[in-house]
Order: sequence, then C-alpha cells, then structure tokens
Amino acid sequence: MNRKNSKVVSYNKWGYIFLIPFIVVYLVFQFIPLVSTVYNSFFENYRSGLTQIGPNFVGLANYAKLITNGDLIQYTKNTMIMWILGFIPQIFFSLLLGAWFTDPSLRLKCQQFFKTVIYLPNLIMASAFAMLFFTLFADSGPVNSILVSMGVISQPFKFMSNIWATRSLVGFMNFIMWFGNTTILLMAGMMGIDQSLFEAAEVDGATSNQVFFRITLPLLRPILVYVLITSLIGGLQMFDVPQILTNGTGDPARTSMTLIMYLNKHLFSKNYGLGGALSVMLFIITGILSMIVFRFSNSKK
Amino acid sequence: MNEKKTNGVSVHTRRLIAYIVLIILSFLCLIWFYILFINATRSHAELTKGFTPIPSSHLMENWNNLLHGTLPVFYGLRNSIFVSVCSAILCVYFSTMTAYAIHAYEFKLKKFMFTFILMIMMIPTQVTVLGFLQLIGKMKLDDSFIPLIVPAIAAPVSFFYMKQYMDSVLSLSLVEAARIDGAGEFRTFNSIVLPLMRPAIAVQAIFTFVSSWNNYFTPALVLHTDKKKTLPILIAQLRSADWLKFDMGQVYVMIAFSIFPVIVVYLLLSRNIVGGVTAGGVKE
Amino acid sequence: MSKKLLSVVLASAMAAGVLAGCGSTPAPAAAPAPAAEEKKEEAPAEEAKEEAPAEEAKEEAPAEAAADEGKVLNIYCWNEEFKSRLTDHYPGYEEVDATNGKIGDVAVKWNITPSTDNAYQNNLDEHLLGQEAAAADDKIDLFLVEADYALKYVDTDYTMPVADLGLTADELANQYKYTQDIMTDSNGALKGVSWQGCPGVLIYNREAAKEVLGSDDPETVQAAVADWDTFVKTAADMKAAGYSVMSSVNDSYRVYSNNVSTPWVVDGKIVIDDNLMKWVDDSKALVDAGETGTHALWSDDWSKGFYPDGKVFAYFGPAWLINFSMAADTEGSIANAGGWGAVEGPQGFFWGGTWIAAAQGTDNPTLVADIMRQLTTNEQIMTDIVKADSDFVNNKPAMEAAAENDEYAFKVLGGQNPLAMFCAGAEKIDLSNLSPYDQGCNEAFQNAMKNYFDGNSTKEEALDIFYKSVVEKYPELTY
Repeated sequence: MNRKNSKVVSYNKWGYIFLIPFIVVYLVFQFIPLVSTVYNSFFENYRSGLTQIGPNFVGLANYAKLITNGDLIQYTKNTMIMWILGFIPQIFFSLLLGAWFTDPSLRLKCQQFFKTVIYLPNLIMASAFAMLFFTLFADSGPVNSILVSMGVISQPFKFMSNIWATRSLVGFMNFIMWFGNTTILLMAGMMGIDQSLFEAAEVDGATSNQVFFRITLPLLRPILVYVLITSLIGGLQMFDVPQILTNGTGDPARTSMTLIMYLNKHLFSKNYGLGGALSVMLFIITGILSMIVFRFSNSKK
Repeated sequence: MNEKKTNGVSVHTRRLIAYIVLIILSFLCLIWFYILFINATRSHAELTKGFTPIPSSHLMENWNNLLHGTLPVFYGLRNSIFVSVCSAILCVYFSTMTAYAIHAYEFKLKKFMFTFILMIMMIPTQVTVLGFLQLIGKMKLDDSFIPLIVPAIAAPVSFFYMKQYMDSVLSLSLVEAARIDGAGEFRTFNSIVLPLMRPAIAVQAIFTFVSSWNNYFTPALVLHTDKKKTLPILIAQLRSADWLKFDMGQVYVMIAFSIFPVIVVYLLLSRNIVGGVTAGGVKE
Repeated sequence: MSKKLLSVVLASAMAAGVLAGCGSTPAPAAAPAPAAEEKKEEAPAEEAKEEAPAEEAKEEAPAEAAADEGKVLNIYCWNEEFKSRLTDHYPGYEEVDATNGKIGDVAVKWNITPSTDNAYQNNLDEHLLGQEAAAADDKIDLFLVEADYALKYVDTDYTMPVADLGLTADELANQYKYTQDIMTDSNGALKGVSWQGCPGVLIYNREAAKEVLGSDDPETVQAAVADWDTFVKTAADMKAAGYSVMSSVNDSYRVYSNNVSTPWVVDGKIVIDDNLMKWVDDSKALVDAGETGTHALWSDDWSKGFYPDGKVFAYFGPAWLINFSMAADTEGSIANAGGWGAVEGPQGFFWGGTWIAAAQGTDNPTLVADIMRQLTTNEQIMTDIVKADSDFVNNKPAMEAAAENDEYAFKVLGGQNPLAMFCAGAEKIDLSNLSPYDQGCNEAFQNAMKNYFDGNSTKEEALDIFYKSVVEKYPELTY
C-alpha cells in the first residue's frame, strides 16, 4: 500500500480496530439476549408453575394490555418523583462541594478527608443499607424515639406507611448513596481543568461565584451532561432501593413502585411476553426523556 | 489572601458554612459504618431488642461462629476479589479504548457508533437477564466466572464517561506529536493516552469494582458451587439459614467483613482522584 | 431487605418444634457409625413384627442400590438443615466436605441455593425442566419444598409418588395427616414426606393475663380467646390496660388462612375465602382501635413484645418459635423469666416445615426411598432427632410419649409441657384446601391489605392491588 496516500486512512482504520472488542462482546452477551427480548414481546410466553405456556404469537396484544391498564403512567410518575427527590440534593451538594474544593480562596482544611468520606456510603450493599434503615426508622426505632423525646411529634411516626415519607426515604437513600459518586465525577472533571485559569482569574480579582459560573461550569459541561444523562437513566432504572425498602410491594398503595420493580414482577412467572413488551416501552420512555435532556443541554450552548 | 467580599459574605463566614455542611454530610456518610460495627458486636438476641448506640461484647464470638460455620468465607473473599478486579480492569481498559476510537479517529460509522452505544446505555440491564441466562446455558458457561467478567468489556456507561472526559481534557495534539515520533497507534494509546486518563480511569475502576463487588443478582443465578460463590451470595445464604443457625450477629459480621476490602481498594484508588492529579501534559 | 429476607428465611426455612431440655441431653446418634450399630442391636427389640423385614431391606438396600443404580445422589435444597439431619441421623452417611458426602459408594452432591429472591425455585425449575435430557449422574434425585409452594411441584409429573418408591401406607401411618395433605396431588397420590410437624398454639404473656383476665391459668385464658369474637373483645380489655392483644395483624393471618373452606383458586378464578375476609374485617377493627400493629413478622417492631416493655399479650406460633426465637437466653426477656403460657387459641394452625420429594427420573430410587423411610418413619431415629435437634417430629407415638414426660416441660412457658396441646393441634389441622398458588396469594393478600389497615387505601382499592399483584405473578388467573 502506498504509505503517503493512505496515511489518514491507515490511522483511521484503527478507529474500527479499537472498537472490535466492545462490539464483539456486546453482540454476544447483550445483543442476542436483547433481540430475543424484543422478539418475545409479540408472543404470549410465560410459565405457570412448571408448565410452559406458549409461545403463541399475539401481535401487539401485550403492548395493548400495558397501555390500557394505565399503571404504566402511574409507575413512570412514581419513578420520576423519587428520582427528582434524590437528584436535586445530589446535584446541588455535588456542585457545592465541587465549588468549595476548587475554590482557592476558601483553603478548606481536611479536604482529603471530606473528599474520601463522601463516597463511602456507595460501598455498602443496598440490601445491607436498607437493613440499617429499617432499624433506624422502625416505629420503635431510634429516629422515632429521638423525635418523640425532642417533642417534635407526640406519637411514633410510621415512616413506611406514609406515601411521602416512603418516597422521601427512597430519595434520601439514593442521595446519600450517590452524591459522593457525582462529586467524584465532577472533581475528576475539575482536576482536568487547567489550574492556571483559576490562578489567572484570582489575579484578575474574580469572585468565587464568578470563577464558578464563568470558568468551572462551562468547562465541566461535558461531565455535567454525562452526570445528568446517566442519573436520569439510572433513575429510570431505579430498582434495588425501593424494592428492598418496600419489600418489593411498592407500597403504600403502589405509590413507590418503579418501572423496573414492575418489570421484575413479570420475571417471577418468566413472562417473556409481557416483560418483553414492558422493556421495549421502557426503552422508548428512556429514549424520549434522554433526547429531551440532550436537546436542552445542547441549546444552552 | 485579599479581603474581597463575595456577595457580601466574608470568606470567614463562607468557610464556616462550608465546614458545617461538610461535617453534617460526613456524619451522614459515616454513621452507617458505625451502626454496622455496633450491630456486628451484638448477639442475635440483643439485635432483636432494637438499636442501641453502645457496642456490645460479642464481636469475636460472632466472628468465630462465622469462621466455624460451613460457609467458605475465604473462598468467597477470593472469588469476589477475582471477579471484581478482572471486571474493573477489563472495563476501564476497553472502555477507554472504545472512547478513544470514537474521540480520536474519523471514520464513516463514527457518528452511528456513538449514537448506538448511547442507545444501548438506555436499555435496563434487568431487561435482558433472562435471555442472558439462556444464552450462557447454551454456551456451557453456567457456574463459571466468565459471564460475570467478560461482559464488562462492553460497558456503555464507562465508555460514555471516558468519552466525555476526553472531550474536556484530551487534546489530539499530543497524539499527533506521538505519531510524528513514529509511535504505532496501539503504543500511543497505551503509553500516552492511558496515563493521561488516570483520574478518569481511577474513577471508573472504583465504580466498576464496587458494583461488581456488591452484585448479587447475576452471580446468584450463575454460580452454584459453594466454593465458587461470591460474598453477596454467601451473605444471602447466611440469611436463609434455618432457625437454629439463624444469627443476625453473624450476618452483620459478614457484611462488615465483606465491606472491608472494598474500603481498602477505594482508599488506594482514591489517592489518584482526591490527591489531585496535576494534569501535567494536558494543555489546551 | 431485612423484612423480606427475614420473613422468607425464617418463615420458610424453618424447622420445627423444639423440646426444652434437649440442649442438655447429649446427642446419642451424632456419629453415623455408632448409630448404625445401635440400630442393628435394637432392631429386633423394636416392633419386630412389622419393622423387621423393612429393617433387613434397609440394611442391604444401599449396597444393592450401589450395584445397579446411579453413583451420584443429587440433592437440591436452600439451606443446611436437611444436610445436618442426614449427616447426624442417617446410617452410613459420611461427610466429605461442605457440599459433598458419601453413602456407601454413592457420592452425595448438595446443591444449595438460597431462597432469597426466589433463587431456589428458579434454579430448581430449570433443572427439573432439563431433567429428562440430563445425564444420569446429573439428574436431580431428591429435593426439598415448603408447604406454601409444595403443590406447584407435587401436582406435576416431576415428582414421584412415594408408593412407587415402595413406601406403604402402613409405614406412614404414624405421620400427622396434615403433613401428608400438603404433599398429596389432585389424584390423591402422596408425593413427599416430612420428618417435622409444626402445629402452633397461642402463646400468652402471663403478666398480662393476670392483670387483665385475673388469672394466668390456661383455662381462664382459653376462655378469653376461644373464638375470634371473644378474641376481639379481649383485645379491647387489653388495650384498656395498655397491652396490644398481639404484636401485628400478621400474627393471626396464618391462623385464619389455615382454616379456609375454599382454595385460593377455583377453575382458574381467584377466590377470597370468607375466613380471610373475616381476618381483614377483624384486623381492621383491631388496628383502628389501636389494639395491634401492622408490622412485618421478624421486624424490630414485631419482636419488641418479647420483652415486658413491649406490652404484647400474645403471639401465635409453634414450638420452635417459643424455644428458639423469643430471646429466651437474653436477660430481661419474658421468655428468660419463663413468663409465657400456651393455650390452643381460636383455631388450629401450623407454621413451617420442610418436605422431602423424589424427582421423577431419579437414578437412585432405592436410596431415596431409604432416606425417606429412615428419617420420616423410623421411630428410633425420629426420637433421636427429638433429643438431638429439638424438632417436633412427624411421628405420633414419639411425640405422645414426650407429651407424657415431664422432662419435656418448657422452661420458657414457666414449666408447662404443651406437647399434648401441640399433638392435639396437629391432629386437627385440615389442609384439604391448598392450591399451587398459595405462596403468591398469601404474600400478596397480606401486603395489599396492609394498605387498607394503614388507611392508605379503601378496602376495594386494596383488593384491587391484591388482584393485580396475583395476576402479575400468575398471568393465567382471572378475577
């Protein structure tokens, strides 16, 4: 091959080469199962005890069933509410901490310690974490006895029997588990920002707020978009915290049932048909919402 | 330090607020470990009484019961370490490589591939788990570590992070310089790109390691032999013990035992992030 | 996770009754070899007429089996309880390591999957469905089930009738009938057996009885809880004195649900039995009056009544609950002071138990049959289990003998020996109205009704949630 002519091409073929491992593994371990999921969504296909029912082709009946019973809207709403309850404090504190840690005028001591500590809750298994929550927020648990002895409430408050208390606890657990994660992501991004920019800004007499909004935020944009998109997707896939905290019921009265918890219900009977259709719809919902976020974050540019 | 006021609030006040908020947050982060430790020191009967903030004296007893039980605790530790370390290494290495492919090269399918991978990211992992199990059954990979480790190579979320990170810090001029020096593409990637990505790699390594370490769902469906099981499965098994052996004290000790290694790994890797990597070679 | 896990774990994985004083009795049959010798000597002595031929067959069976049957015995279960019973009491079982054993020259392989998240049944289902295609040494030979989902397996061809294995009705005559009801398929064939019985009683707080009812003797207390209407009346008196009549409405659920007159599902349609609606109405009244709570079993709030400050009048439970789960060895608990008493309560019920079933296609039928025979019909071995492991065994003569024996008085019950009550209760349990859907329906019903009790939904809405969650689990059902 003529080296001179094909120089660009010969570099760029590496683009394909570097993609090979990802593509191969993806096709084998995820794409094949995914195709069977979509395919199955057009069939009646589940297990009753040890008896296999189907697969019988039913066209769009599974989709029709999901759309007509109206539950999907309720569970999408629940999921978004609980995500927002956790995400707002999460992004707020992450940005705040990020700003503080990078603010040269603050000179916080023990930064190392604080930066390390905030991620620790993510190391605990969600199931173990939920066990601790049960202990703390039980009717006769320490949170209630503290509140009662402080005179905030006269009767122990039943956290798990109240719609908004349960949703808030889910949001709170997600916040505690994930804000360190977000802060680390942001800090890793901030670390990449050229320190001389901050120094120059300081010399020019910029205030901390100006530095944060004029320099840090704009340069962090790619990472912020990442945080927003992955949190949204992670939020839509929220499962283990509410699942464990509500014992899989999504109670009170299914107001904390998320989309994936609903999907999980169909896995019990190996309901590939209805489960498959639900997965496809979930994918569509996620796609639409992510598109909106993408558009929104691009237009801000 | 100049005595400039920001929004009318002095640096001292702002520093004070920062400390207060940080201390409250740290408390909220650390309290769980304290409760876990307290519970690990209490006997099963004491645990049924509800929570107290004072440690009890049964830590060694719980620990000995756990060791002398029939669960292969140390095999579990070994398996968890093996699976999580391999997953983390494969995941960060190949995610960086994939991101680099999209970031640094121009090729026809580039745009399509990027969109495609983003789309996959939106597919919940639980969706395909049944198909996944059928597949590994057909591939005769049941009761093997391979289905738990190899899929980490195709991790859209890590890829996306690496790509975004490259967008903000990795300049192609360095790569071009390396090309002029005559380095091959593969070598450039390994010796120039990877070191520059260290903070991002450390971040994703931690995340992958932790999520693999704490994963119960897939391993429980794949692994059946006792000596191959990972720690979360053993914890679940400890919790399904029959009434005569059921002992929450042991469960808490086991949880504490299985969290400990993750903390160590985290503290080791976190130096890379927290310690402040001076992104020396990166200049815009 | 704790709520779910704990209840799954304990409510399910558990064994049975327990006799006080056994802790101090050294286990006589701990080592397999001595046990075998002992049996040889005792064989002629014990019920020589019927037992002798069987005994001979037993002695030779494993050896013969080894000649023309499979060399690997695959056992599927969710915890180590059965393994320890087999290790300690089955003649000739040798332990190799945690998941391997040996009987003669047959290798025993334990496949243990935790029951968390339904993992045990998922795993078992996959292997049963692949049973035909599996190599002889990989076929499941024996697996364990619990009452709530037993029919899911029993009413299929994946389980073998015990008659086909050679167990005769005579041999099984000493077992409690309810333990066989659970394992009988729709054609009347018995598909599995258990070594345990788990009949339950009402366990009452003696202090509360003295204070409110005037006396703590069983007659007075039984009169106050003889049926559900008097029970509800007593609840009001208890409330006046500051006691909850029971810790949670979930305590009494089992008692109502064991006494239904229709199964959960009739001709593919979900049916809610009148007795269960009575549970809903009674419970709602109790909760609204503040006379009990809605906590999940095994939660911290539920178990606070194990201590005097918890102010709980009664729990419903079998012997294992009394002896092993009520914090008897903790200073300051009611159980520690022997402050509980037992009476029959409003209705009979059971709680817990593990059944042994043989998988169709097993290549070790003789060995499987012998394991069933030894552990669930051999009175000597079963008496050993009573002494060594404190199980309430599934053998009427053994338990009736223990009921007469003052050695078996319960310290937790202040010296009362309630075994006669348990024996009577076990005879009375009628489980002819089971369905393969019980596990899902019971769980969904209790969960859905909690919304109604807590005031988060109306009765109709709660029922709607119940139907919805059952149909999610069993798409073939209608309502």
